[in-house]
Amino acid sequence: MPILRLTDICKDYIQGKEPVRVLKNVNLTVERGDYLAIMGPSGSGKTTLMNIIGCLDVPTSGSYELDGRNLKDLTDDELADIRNRHLGFVFQSFHLLPKMDALDNVALPLLYAGVSVKERRERAAEALKAVGLEERMHFLPNQLSGGQCQRVAIARAMVGKPDLLLADEPTGALDTKAGNQIMDIFRQLSQDGMTIIMITHEPAIAACADKTYRILDGELHTGQPAPGGDGNEEVERKA
Amino acid sequence: MTENIRLAIQGIWGHKLRSLLTMLGIIIGIAAIITIVSTIQGTNEQIKENLIGAGNNVVTVQLNQDGHAYDLSWNDIPQGVRTITEDTRRELAEIRGVEQVSLYYSRNYADSVYYLNTQYNGEVFGIDPYYLAVYGLQVKSGRGFTQKDYDNCRKVALVDTNAVRNLFGGDNPVGENLEMNGDVFTVVGVVALSEEFAPSIQNMQDYQMYMNTSSGAIYLPGTTWPTAYRFDEPQSVAIKVENTDTMTSVGQEAAKLLTQNQIVNPDSSKFDYRSQDMLEQAEQLQKMSESTNTQLIWIASISLLVGGIGVMNIMLVSVTERTGEIGLKKAIGAKKKRILLQFLTESAVLTSLGGLVGVVTGVIMAQLISSVVQIPVSISLPAIAVAVVFSTLIGVVFGMLPAIQAANLNPIEALRRE
Repeated sequence: MPILRLTDICKDYIQGKEPVRVLKNVNLTVERGDYLAIMGPSGSGKTTLMNIIGCLDVPTSGSYELDGRNLKDLTDDELADIRNRHLGFVFQSFHLLPKMDALDNVALPLLYAGVSVKERRERAAEALKAVGLEERMHFLPNQLSGGQCQRVAIARAMVGKPDLLLADEPTGALDTKAGNQIMDIFRQLSQDGMTIIMITHEPAIAACADKTYRILDGELHTGQPAPGGDGNEEVERKA
Repeated sequence: MTENIRLAIQGIWGHKLRSLLTMLGIIIGIAAIITIVSTIQGTNEQIKENLIGAGNNVVTVQLNQDGHAYDLSWNDIPQGVRTITEDTRRELAEIRGVEQVSLYYSRNYADSVYYLNTQYNGEVFGIDPYYLAVYGLQVKSGRGFTQKDYDNCRKVALVDTNAVRNLFGGDNPVGENLEMNGDVFTVVGVVALSEEFAPSIQNMQDYQMYMNTSSGAIYLPGTTWPTAYRFDEPQSVAIKVENTDTMTSVGQEAAKLLTQNQIVNPDSSKFDYRSQDMLEQAEQLQKMSESTNTQLIWIASISLLVGGIGVMNIMLVSVTERTGEIGLKKAIGAKKKRILLQFLTESAVLTSLGGLVGVVTGVIMAQLISSVVQIPVSISLPAIAVAVVFSTLIGVVFGMLPAIQAANLNPIEALRRE
């Protein structure tokens, strides 16, 4: 059974008076353990797609199945629960809470899952160790480098043992070296069986994934960008 | 919840100046209320102590007409009321719990009493030999009344210290002559409350006397009373009881006995004897001080309202500032209720802290006032508890709107904004 199946997903936004269709009949099936990248220029609808996959937004039409469960007509709180238990997020700008140290930041999702303090701390420490930050558990985000911050964010995404890791431009705010470190961690996670969906506009980063999709004007296509292209030009074949 | 409180305190500590300024309205409001309540309470307790407190164990029984004390200053001798005899006095003295009984005549507003050219406008009493002992009065200078004064109906008088001040200009009055309704009375002594005796306050006049606002009191031998006033006036009765707790019941029993003995047709008469209900008197006086102060409390409450609005304002700013944080928390699975609670806790902790600081400030203020203006102060624990609970409530009420706003933030919007 695929971990994720999107069928004919459409999303409209009201802009002025006219509804604008941002996603057009998107179909996407992700198997457990897949590592895929979605590329597209800004305004192509890739963030909207990511928000829908991340249960932060609901589609206008179409069906969304996560691990065989159809997520239709769920309340805000039920969606929050799914995000908490099944999804892990990594953002371009890390989104760490500035007044909490690395350990507390990583433990935060477990708080919402109702895990006890002791277990929260243990599991958070474990997750930090997995990204190589066991020495910096009690550092505040502003005492960490960008790459370290993103590793804390990955630890936070992974601490709840999600089914799906969603990364939105995970290397967008990092230099090449730190970016490569992040990609190494993703590769390792993928080899350990984690399902990863990553949004990026950098072909070099997209190349790290096993599969690449391209999104253009709200339509999702599969395939690699033309060599040397910026991911913006031609489409090889329709998904 | 503890996690929320910890976070809230962390957040407040992170913005020390802003939090303090936000709390200021609450602090001022609560401090003002605590100060006012403490002074009211103090004044009330003093009044109560003066009226019915320890040491004061005299209950008076007076003739009443249609429920009001019968005042002989401007009334005729009542028809169908006998004067009280020595036998009845003894009967009263035998009531359980009674220590001593005195019969006396009185005028609350004496007219036609002069010393030289000065008119006296205080009280005049015609007393029996027990009166001074019942009220705890002592002769400070000169002498008291002797048996001969009573037997021979001598025209002698005692005055209290207020009368000395107001009528004799503070000079020694012993040997001076008073003109009372055309008769000459010689002052033989000055009386004052004995030091160890708590003030005896039976009514408003007594209270004013205690507060040194009375014009004074002049005492004549009861047997001489008719020469200055009238024959066959009904007496009042002052009863000293052994135990303050029994005052009300002794007073009621004495009033019943007197009504039965003295009134010719007790069932059909418009006259009866009633004891002064001191609790009622105390409450009357307390109400006077309370009514002015409740207005002050209302004004202080406006400060609380303004403080609450200030808290709401800052919380709204805080929600806007922390949009990113809220968005992230929602993204990683925080439910609406949790975000709502987080912000509610924060504003409630903020105002509760303000309330606590306000209570401390109020208590200090009250103590300062009491030491400067000599107003008695009593810090009331229930008032403090109510103040703190109320300030917490303000936080919850005024924090509700910002918290709902935070809980309803769209996580996508919230994440995008940072």
